[in-house]
Amino acid sequence: MAVENKRVKGDVLLTITGLKIEGKSEDTWNPIIKGVDLTLKRGEVLGLIGESGAGKSTLGLAGMGFARPGCRFTAGSIVFDGIDLLAASDEEKRALWGSRIAYVAQSASASFNPAHRLMDQVVETATERGIMQRETAEADAIDLFKRLQLPSPDTIGLRFPHQVSGGQLQRAMTAMAMSCRPDMIIFDEPTTALDVTTQVEVLAAMRRIVEEFNTAAIYITHDLAVVAQMAHRIMVLRYGNLVEEADTRKMLKSPTQDYTKSLWAVRALQKPESPSDDIVLDVSHVTASYSNSAKVLDDVTVKIPRGRTVAIVGESGSGKSTLARAITGLLPPSSGTISFNGKPLSAKLADRDKDTLRRIQMIYQSADTALNPRQRVRDIIGRPVEFYLGLKGADRDRRVVELLEAIELNESYIDRLPSEMSGGQKQRISIARALAANPEVIICDEVTSALDQIVQEEILKLLMKLQKDTNVTYLFITHDIATVRAISDEIVVMHKGKVVQQGLKSKVLNPPFPAYTELLLSSVPQMDPDWLTTLLESRKAKA
Amino acid sequence: MTNTTPLRTVKARRTFLENVIRTLKSAPTSAWFGMIVILIYLIAAVFAPLIAPYGEAEVLGKAYLPSSAEHFLGTDQLGRDIFSRLIYGARNTIGIALLTTLISFFVGGTLGILAALKRGWLDQGVSRVVDAFLAIPVLIFALMMLAVVGKGIGNLILILALLDSTRVFRLARAVALNSAVMDYVEAARLRGEGTGWIVFREIVPNILPPLITEFGLRFCFVFLTIAALSFLGVGIQPPTADWGSMVAENKSLINFPVRTFPYIPAPFYPAGAIALLTVAVNFVVDWFLHKTSGLRDGS
Repeated sequence: MAVENKRVKGDVLLTITGLKIEGKSEDTWNPIIKGVDLTLKRGEVLGLIGESGAGKSTLGLAGMGFARPGCRFTAGSIVFDGIDLLAASDEEKRALWGSRIAYVAQSASASFNPAHRLMDQVVETATERGIMQRETAEADAIDLFKRLQLPSPDTIGLRFPHQVSGGQLQRAMTAMAMSCRPDMIIFDEPTTALDVTTQVEVLAAMRRIVEEFNTAAIYITHDLAVVAQMAHRIMVLRYGNLVEEADTRKMLKSPTQDYTKSLWAVRALQKPESPSDDIVLDVSHVTASYSNSAKVLDDVTVKIPRGRTVAIVGESGSGKSTLARAITGLLPPSSGTISFNGKPLSAKLADRDKDTLRRIQMIYQSADTALNPRQRVRDIIGRPVEFYLGLKGADRDRRVVELLEAIELNESYIDRLPSEMSGGQKQRISIARALAANPEVIICDEVTSALDQIVQEEILKLLMKLQKDTNVTYLFITHDIATVRAISDEIVVMHKGKVVQQGLKSKVLNPPFPAYTELLLSSVPQMDPDWLTTLLESRKAKA
Repeated sequence: MTNTTPLRTVKARRTFLENVIRTLKSAPTSAWFGMIVILIYLIAAVFAPLIAPYGEAEVLGKAYLPSSAEHFLGTDQLGRDIFSRLIYGARNTIGIALLTTLISFFVGGTLGILAALKRGWLDQGVSRVVDAFLAIPVLIFALMMLAVVGKGIGNLILILALLDSTRVFRLARAVALNSAVMDYVEAARLRGEGTGWIVFREIVPNILPPLITEFGLRFCFVFLTIAALSFLGVGIQPPTADWGSMVAENKSLINFPVRTFPYIPAPFYPAGAIALLTVAVNFVVDWFLHKTSGLRDGS
């Protein structure tokens, strides 16, 4: 494709000055962005990082002159290539969007129309705007698919969104954004929903294509290690204010603000492993499947020592959550046995007695769905206290307050609804609910992956403290290697329903690795701007 | 909660009453209109014997009298006071409709939630039976059933409740499905809770807003169906006053608008009563739906 490259690196493309944005909630306007300046040059990639609620997505969208419904611009200016976006009419902005400014959303599967083929959607903007003829647009799209290293680029456009994987869909969306060769792309957490091994491919593809076309980009994410691979410059946001701004290398080497330093604190968390032979839960040759489909668990054998943390790692689809369902009795295995304290557990949930149920508790990934939104903390935590321990009335409430103190909240939370608490507080309530049963084993299913880094660290610390106090055993299901490194004693690596490796942390995380463990470990982004480049080179050399 | 706890009493930020007052204050005019109309109807229904100037089936004199100081809205074809019958009619029509809707919600709601929770053969079985019922128009089905089992208020209530419960089942199942797949329901199952707890403590509180809204709408439909059946002569039987049959009884007057001042034909009074209540209930339900669905103005 002969696309005229008239762009000169170094020109300022986007200037935002003193921008303030307010959002409406409960009939009052609250500031979301409190006066932020931003400049973006042609061909430059700017990383915006911060926790949820920091205003990074709002600021990113403001870069295209867009405010979400219920938000409004109250001060400042946004100038894109000489065009004042705040003064521009809707028609003028619409002409820019898609062709000169493109947007890549977090969830590609939610952003593609499931009823149309990929190709129709990728070329839509270019043909609708009359920028290209349908044939040229399709040829160009195939070229983009090739550059993004999608498999069978000539025919993948004929597929429907559900017929390709999440990583492929995210790359197709990047192709769609690129179809008009925009001057600027806004990437809003494009790899957050992907597995680490897929994330590497998508990151590499996006970085390459942005470089090739000299496109400016704003890359929004909460993951500092990811943004380090992509961005030339990083802005750290918090509560709608700019905390720190610096070139990527400088930011990583010597962050000046405490907040920035704390962003990668979870990676510094370390617990020494301690081996144990006292097996509390023994999963032996378990095979399980949903209805008649393929085996989700294939001859899985895992031994879980008492009072320790066993981390189960793997990508989505590896069967790690299914293992939890088999242990809890939600999905009875088709063969194999699960023993608890030396005695075999009934396969079905309905056959287990109350005391067995009490001893194995579960904490879920999302406290939003795990806590009943219509129940108050008193009932959420109080119910297991009453149900298992038979405490009622005042005794029950006293125990609830004890539990609240154990999770470092105070009794003023007892009458709150889940909607009146932050994500971290809600996850603490989930922990207290599990703890209320005085369990021996707690299964933690991705309990920190929906949380911000700082909150993650607090939750992990709390879990470790509780383990010390009560000698509870954790079965910790996660895809996040940093978390595993931080808190586990033993690690089980799963892939496609099989156990690849089980052993002490020091053994699994150090060479020699089985092939899959190596792929998994090497795919975890590091706080090193050269990590992705080095990794791709070494993988190329091996192949 | 018993307050015998040694805990420092934790102050709830707002009591239930304060919440109600706060919510009412924010109600739009249309909702206020609806609530006031419903309140007037309810008062009329409850205190009918005190308010009505004459008895329900009292024949007072000449038929088809125009409205006068004695007979506020005139008399009907047998010489009964239309205004009195309108008030008693509120009692019968609303009372029967309310009872029918309550039964249909109890049956349809319980089955719907159980079907969503248990899935499998229960869900399949009940759903297919309901589909079969839904294939037949309500009015025709009700006429047929009433012809089979005979007229009577008890039969009327049971038949309409049965027919209506199929629609309630559909809605209850659909909204309960959303709630039944949530982790908090799974957590309750893992805890070893029984079906009763899961249905009434975990699921019902979460699906109550759409069900209450549906209750209002269903109430209107039931009450219109009763009116229609009474008009056709198989609903509430004379001499019991009810708006549907009042329209039917006076329908011959519809062609003689000059009879009463200010020229409103007699059947329009009960018909107007039906229409006004329907509109009022819909206003309130609309507001409630808007409130609970979290829709914001301008978004």
